Amino acid sequence: MEQAILSGLQGLINGFLHLDWRSIIMLLVGFALLWLGIKKDCEPLLLVPIGFGCILVNIPIADLMGKEGFLRVIYDMGVSNELFPLLIFVGIGAMTDFGPVLSNPSTFLLGAAGQFGIFLTLALALALGFPQLDAVSIGIIGACDGPTAIYVSSQYAPHLLGAVSVAAYSYMSLVPVIQPPIMRLLTTDNERNTIMPSMKGTVSKTTKLLFPLVITVIGGLIAPKGLPLLGTIMLGNLMRESGVVARLTRASENEIANIVTLFLGLSIGATMVGSDFLRPQTLIVLCLGFLAICLDTACGVLLGKAMRVASGGRINPLIGAAGISAFPMSARVVQKEGQKYNKRSYLLMHAMGANAGGQVGSVIAAAVMLSVLAGMGIIR
Amino acid sequence: MDNFTFGVTMMVCGMGGTILTLYIMSLIMTLLGKLFPFKKEEEEE
Repeated sequence: MEQAILSGLQGLINGFLHLDWRSIIMLLVGFALLWLGIKKDCEPLLLVPIGFGCILVNIPIADLMGKEGFLRVIYDMGVSNELFPLLIFVGIGAMTDFGPVLSNPSTFLLGAAGQFGIFLTLALALALGFPQLDAVSIGIIGACDGPTAIYVSSQYAPHLLGAVSVAAYSYMSLVPVIQPPIMRLLTTDNERNTIMPSMKGTVSKTTKLLFPLVITVIGGLIAPKGLPLLGTIMLGNLMRESGVVARLTRASENEIANIVTLFLGLSIGATMVGSDFLRPQTLIVLCLGFLAICLDTACGVLLGKAMRVASGGRINPLIGAAGISAFPMSARVVQKEGQKYNKRSYLLMHAMGANAGGQVGSVIAAAVMLSVLAGMGIIR
Repeated sequence: MDNFTFGVTMMVCGMGGTILTLYIMSLIMTLLGKLFPFKKEEEEE
């Protein structure tokens, strides 16, 4: 009888007995992510479920990522098979207006320069001794695009998924802090003061309708390995522009995106188990991710400067910084910076074009990277 | 494949491939804009 009572009581304190220092630190990390999301409003839609998932998975004995744990079920349902990021992409496509980039297609190139950080960081990660596919997953943080980073790392470096995702989403929310000093450093007063002419013309409905179809076919033929990424974002955009499936468009940008975001966040948090996450490697991944976004911004601004020279001084190079995928946050940062130097400067629509180009650019960069890897026989 | 060859290949093919793909897309978008210009009636709709 006494033995039974003692055993019963033992069951109630088992969790405390198994709490090691790693679990305690990871619980604090989970609380810190919740604080960032709730108090600081940093990507709360992702950081709140990630933080809570991190707390859940680091409570000992519960084993929620075990074979039958509910977090494992969610993870297997949509992260290990890459379904969740793709569903998010349908929603992103349904939310994005590509009108500004279609009005000025040359801003697509700024979207390409805004992805160079991916490849430069990849090279740096290799130089630091990371295995090749780990380096690919670290570089992809530079896409500044959460779903793309999750898609690539869940497939090729699942052990880095937690660090890569947290880095991608945290740095995305820090774009207003990260970008302005780099923009100031790389431009002169004269360049920042450039007033760009207001955007002329509007895009026809036919062009807007053909855009997702053409991009899917051409992009898919060039980089077939990335077609799931490209195809889903363009499906969402086609639904938006066609106007005939308003219910599906609304569902993609609201209900589906919301449910998937919750599951995705919880699953990512669930990969942040102390024994895997608390390694010097994680810290290096976070630093390299930060560097990737700085390099993206620098490359975008530098291409903006080159385009300014080529256009005879009509382009304000600040818009190059918007060539990353953080949409529309980066465009707003450019507008704000431009107005600091010249109150008559309205860069928002130009920056929106570069930013929409960055959105497509990040997907294309990932697609190209996967296809190059497949071409080299490193992935199947 | 050694890391150096891998890194250089990824830089050249990755960066080159991305900029080339987006350049082709920008040309196609320009062409589409010319083939299907915006008409006043669309604004009224």
